[in-house]
Amino acid sequence: MSRTWTVATVAGGLLLAAAGPGAAQAPIKIGEINSFSGIGAPFTGPYRQAVEMAVEEVNARGGVLGRKVEVIFRDDKGQPAEAVKHAQELVEAEKVALISGTFLSNVGLAVSDWARQNKVMFVASEPLTEAVTWAKGHEHVVRVRPNTYEQGRMLAEKAGRMKYTKWATIGPNYEYGKRAWETFRDRLKELKPEAQIVGEHWPTLGKLEAGPFVTAILNQNPDALYVSLFGSDWIAFVREAKKRGLFDKTFVVGILLGEPEYIDPLALEAPEGMLVTGYPWYDIQAPAHKDFVARFTKKTDKNPVLGALVGYVTYLSIFEALRKAGGTDTAKLVATFKNLKVETPTGPITFRAIDGQSTMGAWVGTTRLDPKRGVGIMVNHEYVPGEKVLPSDDEVKKMRGGS
Amino acid sequence: MSPSLLLIQGLSGLAHAMVLFLIASGLSLIFGVTRIVNFAHGSFYMLAAYLTYSFAAALPLGPASFYVAVVAAALATGLVGLVIEVGLLRRVYRAPELYQLLLTFALVLVIADVVRLGWGTENKTGPTAPGLAGSVRIAGQLFATYDLALIVLGPVVALVLWWLFYRTRWGVLIRAATQDREMVAVLGVDQARLFTSVFVLGSCLAGLGGALQVPRQALTNVMDTTIITEAFVVVVVGGMGSVPGAFLAAILIGVIDAFGVLLLPKASLVMIFVVMAVVLIARPWGLLGRPEAQARSAGGSVTAEARAIVPAPLVLALVAALVVVPPFLPRFHVLVLSEILIFALFAGSLHLLMGTGGMVSFGHAATFGLGAYGAALLLERARLPMLVAFALAPVVAAAGAALYGYFCVRLSSIYFAMLTLAFAQIAYAIVHQWYDVTGGDNGLLGVWPPRWLASPVRYYYLALVACAGGLALLAVIGRAPFGLTLRAARDHARRAEAVGIDVRRHQWAAFVVAGFFGGLAGAAFAFLKGSVFPNYLAVPMSVEPLVMVLLGGVQAFAGAAVGAAIYKVLDTVVTWYTDYWQLVIGLILVTLVVAFPRGVLGVLAERRRA
Repeated sequence: MSRTWTVATVAGGLLLAAAGPGAAQAPIKIGEINSFSGIGAPFTGPYRQAVEMAVEEVNARGGVLGRKVEVIFRDDKGQPAEAVKHAQELVEAEKVALISGTFLSNVGLAVSDWARQNKVMFVASEPLTEAVTWAKGHEHVVRVRPNTYEQGRMLAEKAGRMKYTKWATIGPNYEYGKRAWETFRDRLKELKPEAQIVGEHWPTLGKLEAGPFVTAILNQNPDALYVSLFGSDWIAFVREAKKRGLFDKTFVVGILLGEPEYIDPLALEAPEGMLVTGYPWYDIQAPAHKDFVARFTKKTDKNPVLGALVGYVTYLSIFEALRKAGGTDTAKLVATFKNLKVETPTGPITFRAIDGQSTMGAWVGTTRLDPKRGVGIMVNHEYVPGEKVLPSDDEVKKMRGGS
Repeated sequence: MSPSLLLIQGLSGLAHAMVLFLIASGLSLIFGVTRIVNFAHGSFYMLAAYLTYSFAAALPLGPASFYVAVVAAALATGLVGLVIEVGLLRRVYRAPELYQLLLTFALVLVIADVVRLGWGTENKTGPTAPGLAGSVRIAGQLFATYDLALIVLGPVVALVLWWLFYRTRWGVLIRAATQDREMVAVLGVDQARLFTSVFVLGSCLAGLGGALQVPRQALTNVMDTTIITEAFVVVVVGGMGSVPGAFLAAILIGVIDAFGVLLLPKASLVMIFVVMAVVLIARPWGLLGRPEAQARSAGGSVTAEARAIVPAPLVLALVAALVVVPPFLPRFHVLVLSEILIFALFAGSLHLLMGTGGMVSFGHAATFGLGAYGAALLLERARLPMLVAFALAPVVAAAGAALYGYFCVRLSSIYFAMLTLAFAQIAYAIVHQWYDVTGGDNGLLGVWPPRWLASPVRYYYLALVACAGGLALLAVIGRAPFGLTLRAARDHARRAEAVGIDVRRHQWAAFVVAGFFGGLAGAAFAFLKGSVFPNYLAVPMSVEPLVMVLLGGVQAFAGAAVGAAIYKVLDTVVTWYTDYWQLVIGLILVTLVVAFPRGVLGVLAERRRA
């Protein structure tokens, strides 16, 4: 009895594993790893729907290179080690042509390093850390979304030309928060040498008790506050800060805070008059984008969010790379991604040859409430393309020097 | 700092403290009486928050909707607690202590996906409290009216609880059971009813805490895990089972947290764990806790039967298969097999502590993480050859374990567990913040074996030698005089001391040995994945080996390996087929716990005996 049981449990499990995903040949398979549960989950749902939409559309037109495209989704649970396991499985067992996805920076870096070691193409869609394409960059990774450095700089270009001189910051105690601030601060000081930093606050991610932080910030009396808080912490912060009058006294600059992911959950509690980066999908007039919005809304019954746009653009880029490379050969994909030009709903982007960073930009604007829709929106916004803020090839070479 | 700032900051801390108190008091009560370490307590809190959100939106009562929703959500959570206690927990009360923990862990997974299915994954902003949504001016500064209301409500709830405990017969029984539940049972009190009533009340309190957070915090899918550690800290600092203790500890933690923001902003990640470590080292039973009555029946011993359940020929056959088969398996299966071996060793090292030594650690991830970071740093910063780094990493982990183990072994039962957690969290914070050395949250990359060892099959053999060798050594240690001495200390510390055994020294040594092998597992994992991250020291990594040991059967050493294999295979395979892997794995675990209330091997051993 006991023998049967032990053997059955261990071996049975492995057999189950063997009987799992098969290895069909016909379609081009792409492995998509993302945080569908855990701390990244609030951001990945619409991303996934947009990926599915891109795939349905391309397959309806006959696929890529005459082959259907199939995406295999894997949940990394917000754990880098889990993501690496999925990458191994997707490449070894599912024979995917390339790996795509990831939201959290550390997960993106783990998969990227695995891709470098195993010579697999990795299209990082959303992780924001600069390290992906710079300090820890290599030729097997490209990234779609504009990174922390770019977005921090876009904001500094505007904020540095405003009257505010006493600055404070609050952001998550993570590399993301620290770098978002440092890039902003450095550029701000170039533009406005008299700017002073009166306070830096780094609460633990996902656990913000806003009261004490608001008190501390009020006490430092800054005239402007730079915010890089993550979704749920931002909501808690807004509620407390409003009651305590912080937004009346202090101008707020927020990285990502104009993205629907951040501003929509706040409904009419969203603060007005903030300078933010984001995605004003409701205002983008390009016909291709209007069409994208219409299709996405029809498919999902939801308004698009930035994650949806990034997911869609990521897969358009992958399809284009596969087409240009004429197949799934990794070496050819690596070469093809250098200077690869892709037409997206919001205009053309290029994957830079030097670092694989795409030139997809972001929108910078001011927040205001839209009582009709019952949410905050961005007004007076401007699209800043990546080219405008990305460092030169020489600077990138310096940053990559170490690895 | 101006006096008005101090006042406002103190009040902010108090408001936070009151929410903490509500949650922690329920958790403390449940532990005090039933001895259940209820991991699902945070899930009740989350569930209630979402219920409040939906009730408030659905009720047609105008401004009163929110308040009715809060009460309804708290009661509904109590009802969920009732169903869980009567339907599930009651079935496993006879199992060795901690099996209920496995069940509550399974419930955490299930409830997490129930919430995901019911309310989606997007962050949500709940309603504010009508009439209390604004602010009042205190000492020249604005302060949230709602927070002021919480500061009033907390003591009211505390008073009601005090009245229940000190002025009702039910309260007398609860206090008696907290101190010595066997005695209460001997006196003819219906334990089942007592346990149910306490569990329902505790769940209601968690629900009330969650419902009252709605106007302050966003609703997220991870509310459960973010609150549960903090709640345990409050409970343990206050003293397990002591409601006044929980009240005091909540205020201490809430206020220290608030002032920490002003004084030591960089330490906010670790503040409450340092406070807990200091309190526990100074007062081993928390602020107002009392030493537990000496258990009269041994928890569960490594019996001869349990050992015989995995006969030597079977072990040999398994090892032979592990040596011969892998080259013929698909590469990915070899990778999964490596991971199973590593976790078998990790769980096996914990088994030495919790099975043989009776010391349940909630912070075993520290050893794993120290081993992983040790390996990565020795390789990348000290530029040592990979095999040397691999061999030295466990020494790093053992050294770390020796350091904090010195303090931990002075404590027992849940206090020991929580002190290990405190040290693991402190180690986590150091790794997370020390960017120059550890790379912070972006971790260390490029931790790969050299080319000649890099193929999955070759690395597998290294992992096999390390892990199977480690497990064999651990098995020998468990049966050697050292292991037998640990068992004596576990089953009766005072008798062991009476025959001249230095209990603490033996437990400390066990801690270091477990640290060494936990570190070996961590090092093996680092080179398997090619990178190390602070996650390796985080709470989920401590919970995993705990679940594995319990799943396989804490009474048999082989249980750790069996549990690791079952859990890892489940985890790997289920995720392929469904997004709702937590629900599926949770339900499978619930079924396994109810079917095998002593772990798989434990129950098999019993059947064989019968």
